[in-house]
Amino acid sequence: MATIAMNGATVAPTERRPKDWLLIISSVVCALVALLAAVGAFIAPHSPNQTDVLAASLGPSGQHWFGTDGIGRDIFSRVLYGARISCAAAGIIVLGSGCLGTALAIFSAWSGGWVDRALNRVLNVMFAVPGILVAVLASAVFGAGFWAPALALTIVYAPFYARVVRSAAVRECAMPYVEGLRLAGLSSWRICTRHVLRNVLPMVLAQATIAFGSALVDFAAVSFIGLGVQPPTSEWGLMVADGRAEILSGAPQQSLAAGVCIVVTVVAFNVLGDRLSARHGVQR
Amino acid sequence: MSAMPEAGLPVATPRRTWRSGVVSRVISSVFGIVGTILAASFVIFAALSFAPGDPVAQILGAKATDKARAAKAAELGLDDPLVVRYWHWLTSVMHGDLGTSFTYREDVTKLVEPRLETTFLLVLMAALMMLVVGIALGLLGGISERWRPYVSAAAGLGISVPTFVASSVLISVFAVQLGWFPTYGAGEGFADRVKHLVLPAVALSVSYGAYVTQLSAAAVREEACKEHVMTSRGRGIPGRRIIFRHLLRNASLPVMTASGLAIAGLVAGAVVVEQAFAIDGIGSLLIASISSKDYPVVLAVSLVVVVVFVAVMTIIDVAQVLLDPRQREGK
Repeated sequence: MATIAMNGATVAPTERRPKDWLLIISSVVCALVALLAAVGAFIAPHSPNQTDVLAASLGPSGQHWFGTDGIGRDIFSRVLYGARISCAAAGIIVLGSGCLGTALAIFSAWSGGWVDRALNRVLNVMFAVPGILVAVLASAVFGAGFWAPALALTIVYAPFYARVVRSAAVRECAMPYVEGLRLAGLSSWRICTRHVLRNVLPMVLAQATIAFGSALVDFAAVSFIGLGVQPPTSEWGLMVADGRAEILSGAPQQSLAAGVCIVVTVVAFNVLGDRLSARHGVQR
Repeated sequence: MSAMPEAGLPVATPRRTWRSGVVSRVISSVFGIVGTILAASFVIFAALSFAPGDPVAQILGAKATDKARAAKAAELGLDDPLVVRYWHWLTSVMHGDLGTSFTYREDVTKLVEPRLETTFLLVLMAALMMLVVGIALGLLGGISERWRPYVSAAAGLGISVPTFVASSVLISVFAVQLGWFPTYGAGEGFADRVKHLVLPAVALSVSYGAYVTQLSAAAVREEACKEHVMTSRGRGIPGRRIIFRHLLRNASLPVMTASGLAIAGLVAGAVVVEQAFAIDGIGSLLIASISSKDYPVVLAVSLVVVVVFVAVMTIIDVAQVLLDPRQREGK
């Protein structure tokens, strides 16, 4: 029988917290993914594009850790190479939208008045268009490839930062110390970049960690649809798509390997981001 | 909704305030919707006008003479400035004419309508699964101390499974290995169609269902810590009654908001899932028309998606105002 959770008992701020294993594991996985994305191409046992029709659709073995795909390419190597593209895309999106969104948020909070309201309107319009649609349309206009969806998603993700950071920045701008700095004759630019930005930065980082996972998924989804990175480049979303024909003939290893990589990466970044935002008091 | 204030109180003033609050909110949200849709459609229209590809060549073929091309361009209004072209497009959309497809040589409306039905059914099935399973698990995780870790782990995992990965796994397990469901297509006739759409709907609802679970568990948990629940318990009101009468009622608002956002997400996610299962819905139509540079179709489908998306978001907003007396005051 269900009982009501009475978790109202406030935990006393103990000096020594119990070790947060989830935080440790997720940090390690995130670091590992970043490392593999950086050096994976150098440690890959095979060339990602070397085909071998005689060794097509093999299961996992000592020589091919994750097996081979429909034309005999080593899946483990392709996953390693794919990590670079997928993580680079997610990194670019998160970094670009983080800068854009934070800049807009602080500008909006600092200016207040009609600027704030006008920017808010623009952001609302941007929320009304689904990200995947924008990414797909960008591919239509600029041609399928790496940059069109990556840049489109950068713009799509900016409002999400802007909304969270703006409310924090508004609070920050109302603080007495800001008034003090202003009276001390500091320029707006200096107050915003040196003080307000510095105080909202932990929140931006927490938000960026969470956004990394969704950026990775959205970018991979565009590639999966066929409007992102083009074959024979290895990218995780593209690998899931490539593997579909093999799934029908009972050899799901390619889709599965890339899919598991995506899920593990996203889980790790989500957990880490949740912990970070809980620590910095981000309201989601 | 006619919520009467309690008898005996001076009714006139408070009633008018919240009524006018609702009216002004409705008016401003209508303006918001129209403005948003206009702005979004204009940006999409403008962006697509810069897209590569020559519609005249697509219609007439490569062998057409320059004179014929110029005549066709004038006929299509391609020489007009952007704003004029947008205005023409907009007015014909208002009259129910979405244009003519370059590749199919058919009314876009005729292309969109049957596919919209398929997509609607897909999203409907996914939404039902998402709401039933997502909210049930969320309540379980929010109310039961024992189940909480399992529910939160499952939701954390589920929210990280992208639609296209879920599709591949489901096809591999339930369609290829177990053979319970067809691998792709949308089927003929209603029963067959539903059977074809089961796996896609599951794939589509996994991550949004997990999202709903997370948020509803959090809402219930937050409510359970509130003073009124403690007071009720202190007064000896049975747990079940507290849960149903007090806790769930108050927790339903954030749950509804989350569900609405998730349904809007399902609409966008349908583009991916239709591609994964080769379902002939508007998502597939969008991708196919992008590949064949069939811009009237791209424009029409984008418009449909944006309108549905905005409509769902507005319904959440309005429902919130109607359900939450605090918001009715029009703060």
